[in-house]
Amino acid sequence: MIAFNLLVAICLAYVVFLFGVAFLAERRAARGQGGWLRSSAVYTLSLSVYCTAWTFYGAVGYAARSGLEFVTIYLGPTLVLIGWWWTLRKLVRIGKTQRITSVADLISSRYGKSNTLGVIVTLIAVVGTTPYIALQLQSVTLSFAVFAPESATRWGAGDLNATALTVAAGLAVFTVLFGTRNLDANERHHGVVTAIAVEAVVKLVALMAVGVFVVWGLAGGVGAMLERIEASPLAGMPVVPGRWMGLTFLSAAAILTLPRMFQVLVVENEDERHLATAAWAFPAYLFLMSLFVVPIAVMGLSEMAPGSNPDLFVLSLPLAHGRDGLATLAFLGGFSSATSMVIVAAIALSTMVSNHIVMPLFLNWTRAGATMSGDVRTLVLRARRVSIGAVLFLGYLYYRLTGGSEALAAIGLISFAGVAQVLPALLGGILWRGATRTGAIAGLAAGFSVWAYTLFLPSVGEGAVMGARLLAEGPWGIGWLRPQALFGLEGLDPLVHAVVFSMAANVAAFVSVSLAGFPSPMERLQGAQFVNVFDHSTAGQGWSQGRAEAEDLLLMTQRILGPVEAQGLFQRAAAGQGKQGYLPDITPEFLQRLERQLAGSVGAATAHAMVGQIVGRSSVSVEDLMRVADETAQMMEYSSQLEAKSEELARTARQLREANEKLTGLSVQKDAFLSQISHELRTPMTSIRAFSEILMDGDRLDPAELGKYSRIIHEESLRLTRLLDDLLDLSVLENGQVTLHAQPVNLHDLLDRALAATGSPVGGGGLHLRRDPGAERVVLVTDGDRLSQVFINLIANAQKYCDAAVPELTIRVRAAHGAVAVDFIDNGSGIPAQSQAIIFEKFSRLSDPRSAGGAGLGLAICREIMVRLGGSISYLPGQGGAAFRVSLPLRRAEAA
Amino acid sequence: MARAPLFLARQGYRRRRLADMARLMPVLGLALFLVPLLDANGGFGAGMLIYLFTVWFGLIAGTAVLARRLCVAAQQQDAETATTGAGAGNGAGADPEGRR
Repeated sequence: MIAFNLLVAICLAYVVFLFGVAFLAERRAARGQGGWLRSSAVYTLSLSVYCTAWTFYGAVGYAARSGLEFVTIYLGPTLVLIGWWWTLRKLVRIGKTQRITSVADLISSRYGKSNTLGVIVTLIAVVGTTPYIALQLQSVTLSFAVFAPESATRWGAGDLNATALTVAAGLAVFTVLFGTRNLDANERHHGVVTAIAVEAVVKLVALMAVGVFVVWGLAGGVGAMLERIEASPLAGMPVVPGRWMGLTFLSAAAILTLPRMFQVLVVENEDERHLATAAWAFPAYLFLMSLFVVPIAVMGLSEMAPGSNPDLFVLSLPLAHGRDGLATLAFLGGFSSATSMVIVAAIALSTMVSNHIVMPLFLNWTRAGATMSGDVRTLVLRARRVSIGAVLFLGYLYYRLTGGSEALAAIGLISFAGVAQVLPALLGGILWRGATRTGAIAGLAAGFSVWAYTLFLPSVGEGAVMGARLLAEGPWGIGWLRPQALFGLEGLDPLVHAVVFSMAANVAAFVSVSLAGFPSPMERLQGAQFVNVFDHSTAGQGWSQGRAEAEDLLLMTQRILGPVEAQGLFQRAAAGQGKQGYLPDITPEFLQRLERQLAGSVGAATAHAMVGQIVGRSSVSVEDLMRVADETAQMMEYSSQLEAKSEELARTARQLREANEKLTGLSVQKDAFLSQISHELRTPMTSIRAFSEILMDGDRLDPAELGKYSRIIHEESLRLTRLLDDLLDLSVLENGQVTLHAQPVNLHDLLDRALAATGSPVGGGGLHLRRDPGAERVVLVTDGDRLSQVFINLIANAQKYCDAAVPELTIRVRAAHGAVAVDFIDNGSGIPAQSQAIIFEKFSRLSDPRSAGGAGLGLAICREIMVRLGGSISYLPGQGGAAFRVSLPLRRAEAA
Repeated sequence: MARAPLFLARQGYRRRRLADMARLMPVLGLALFLVPLLDANGGFGAGMLIYLFTVWFGLIAGTAVLARRLCVAAQQQDAETATTGAGAGNGAGADPEGRR
């Protein structure tokens, strides 16, 4: 047996070594050296604060008592870490962007920087962590007791208490020295983290060394060990499904919500890539830590005396076999487990207490107090130091009060269950934008009360707070309110019972109150930033408008950060705005940045309140939120408008192009028309001029010649007049200036008139007519003069152009489909197909103009007249000669 | 307004499926860790112990491979974002670290 004093000396040396490591790490970090301080290995090892003395010693004891169940305490964290892509990555990113200082700060910041929530979470954390710290003190003292000389009178309670007190005091000194060097959460506690990493290595090596000794030294190899396990009482212990699932859930929740785990996972995280490494390396650490638990438990049960404490097998097994060195190493491992947990927990709790309890109180008291540079900083640091002492003292007190009883052993899980109440608000906060402050408060209050009623108070010890009567019969004899059998649910494991009911109450209250409520603008702003942290890496606008004086803000910042840092911050901001000196313009962006900077030191709620005190108004309103949303909507609207406009432009351009083509075509047409008309006018003019010249110097002309020439002049002028008449007529028709005199007319009479006008009465002239008088008896309401003009034109055309030996004109009238069609068909050679399209154009003459003596305006006029009359005229191909169809709507006749 | 594209090239597609695998790991782990409950009353033998630790080790190894690949993919994405400028890829322009 190693001498007790030697053990104490080794222990002291180890402590000095840890102080040295922390000191060196701080110094290297301060000099900017030591990249390994920021490596993912150190980060992963620092996560090992999860493995406390309770797991170092307790896991073996747990396995000896309940078999395989102990492993669930490691399976939960494994699941959370291998699922880092879901939640941890988001948590770490949020922690970085929002400069989160603790789990209470996260919740408070997410729910609109509410300090109420910060206080609630802080209280839950303190209540949940204090027993746990007591547990660590107990384990250290118990492990000391194992080495205590048996010859001397049994180590008395007084000695145990003294040990616990010494350990607590030593831890307080260490934590104060290295845990409160700086305020800003984003400045890492390199000393502490490095010391913890060293301790992590020590406890892993210690436990594995004991394990190797047990398996290969005592049992004689893996095969023999497995046989021993099969034969041991452990193998017969059933797995309770409820507890298996409940404990896995609890330990998974704990890794996210335990203040110390949040501290090392999120707050002390240096680089997001470290998380990717820890995602597999930390489960591997847990894997190794639990690999030898069952072998040690099995060997302990079979080798040690029946009454010995299985919690201490890790120590007593090597001791019983005279392996003092191994036992000392195991002792140091246990000591490391306990101290690292206490240190980190104390830092995390002191941050919460100072930021969420001391600072708000201070702000309330000193509204108009003196403002000295750096005074708040001093106050916060002092508050943290005092809080560390207080937390450790509370732990010690708890240890003393419960007297190191067996109840303490169960406190680990009870504490897990208490802190797990933060889980719904935490997960809801980062995953659900609809989660509200009131919902979170309701959930936390409900869950925490149910936890206290069903688990915590009954555990304190029968009769301490709750009488045996109350436990057995329920308050006032109401059976279904029994703390450990709510709603008559008996036979359930108390822990599982409490977890199920507290989480159900928590989630139900959280979700229902959140759904029913309406969050404040600040909550909505923060909610959007937390939930969509990967989309909004830039800060949202928390301050709508700055009315504060830059000088006041500088004064306040100096109080928190100290003069040098504050002035540097302001100077940089001013330089960023292109200004000289220390006073930047107070823009919303600057206020946002300043507040976040301060939040890293005193927490989001306090920072917000302090900036708010100076800015003097609530920061953001629903209108501001709406405006931001409006701006986005306007931008989208604008871009869609642009899109529509560009489409319209394309359409217009297309139309313009078409119009241009049409205009070009019209211009060509106009030129053609002009040249045609001048030609048409010039031909008769030429003959008139020539013959009039002959007449002028025509003394020698005989009367016959005189008469002939003057007749030619007369005929040519008649032709000119006719041409001009036609042109006038066409222009009148085309401009729509024509007045129509609609009256009932008989089609038969009209045709008769037209034939008479063309000098081709029925059966007479050179044209043989074929008509059907019966069909022609149709009464139309139309302008008869105009219509007969069309008929005359068509009949005259037939007379002129029909080249058959016996010219024949068929006039066919047909009334059908509400229209009257009059066809004029001759038996000539007709009009060639390629010319059919242009015969209705002006000046389109197919044969030699002279032979016919027309200007080529007849059909153009016909078409215009028919359009005015509401009908149409078209060429009818395939009738054995030239055929034209004149159509008129019949409804005009009916309407008359 | 830069919107995330609906379809991605092969590399981006792989990256997303890697993230999917990373998300599936805890689900798989949970399913495997609940297996001991199927034989709850009989206690546990050495076989169950070996099963549990084997599964555990497998999950760790799987996560290690995935985490490494995801980091490499994130670095590639960073490089792409750096060369193609802001606004490239799935909104990585607003995300300087590019580690989504």
